[in-house]
Amino acid sequence: MNPLAGCLIVSALLFAIGLAGALTRRSAILVVAGIELMLNAANLNFIAFWRFGPNPEALTGFMFVIFAIAVAAAEAAVGLALIVAIYRHAHTSDVSEITEMKG
Amino acid sequence: MTLPFLILALLTLAGGIASMTLRRLVHCALALTVAFAGLAALYLNLGAEFAGLAQLLVYVGAIAILIVFAILLTRGGDTEGEPAFSPASLGGAIIALAVFAVLAWAVETSSIAHPISIPSAPPNTMQQIGLTLMQRYVLPLEVIALMLTAAMIGAAIIAVRERRNEAAAAVDAPGTEMRVG
Repeated sequence: MNPLAGCLIVSALLFAIGLAGALTRRSAILVVAGIELMLNAANLNFIAFWRFGPNPEALTGFMFVIFAIAVAAAEAAVGLALIVAIYRHAHTSDVSEITEMKG
Repeated sequence: MTLPFLILALLTLAGGIASMTLRRLVHCALALTVAFAGLAALYLNLGAEFAGLAQLLVYVGAIAILIVFAILLTRGGDTEGEPAFSPASLGGAIIALAVFAVLAWAVETSSIAHPISIPSAPPNTMQQIGLTLMQRYVLPLEVIALMLTAAMIGAAIIAVRERRNEAAAAVDAPGTEMRVG
């Protein structure tokens, strides 16, 4: 297996782990953590394609990772603030107990 | 694949699996930090020094602390008791496995799995990164700055809003709150 395929397999595994966590865990904080893991898996893909793909001196994938890290930081801050606000409102951070908008 | 890459990949994946399967939330946050640090080391191993150090600063330095604070503020440490194995978690695991199978199949059958040659490490000095950020990506950089400011203000407003409502409720019904204060 060459380095690029290895990176992509590691990234796919990390994405699957994050997806499984986001789908199965009941704590809202761990759902956010799973989403962060999926974002990081995508970042690893960008770095791998930048490193092993053609035309790396344009720094395209590299710049995408820098911007993605900034967006993920903002997303985590807002998401965790929402979880804290929901906890103050509903006194739980368990996503299966927050059913106010259930149809 | 080299030995350092394998070690770092195993560390990252072990941290990820532990962070998604451990019972106590604080342990999950610590394992998540290990996964983020492993990813930063993977970036360094792949020759992306700036991205690796940015990952270390932002994820290990900031987001891990933020998650720990969220756990403390929601008292996640003492609301345990979710079953280790439930039908819902089985469904989620099956979906995740199916996604991984599709991704791995796509990687294995594509032409990139059998390359002609592996290029040497591309040059990415800080000077080049800075010039690229200031010339080609200057507009996205400014937009990101604005978005981070907006996210910071928004997160602060969302997190403190409930307290203001409690103060308003105390003003509305002073008899119930006076005993506490």
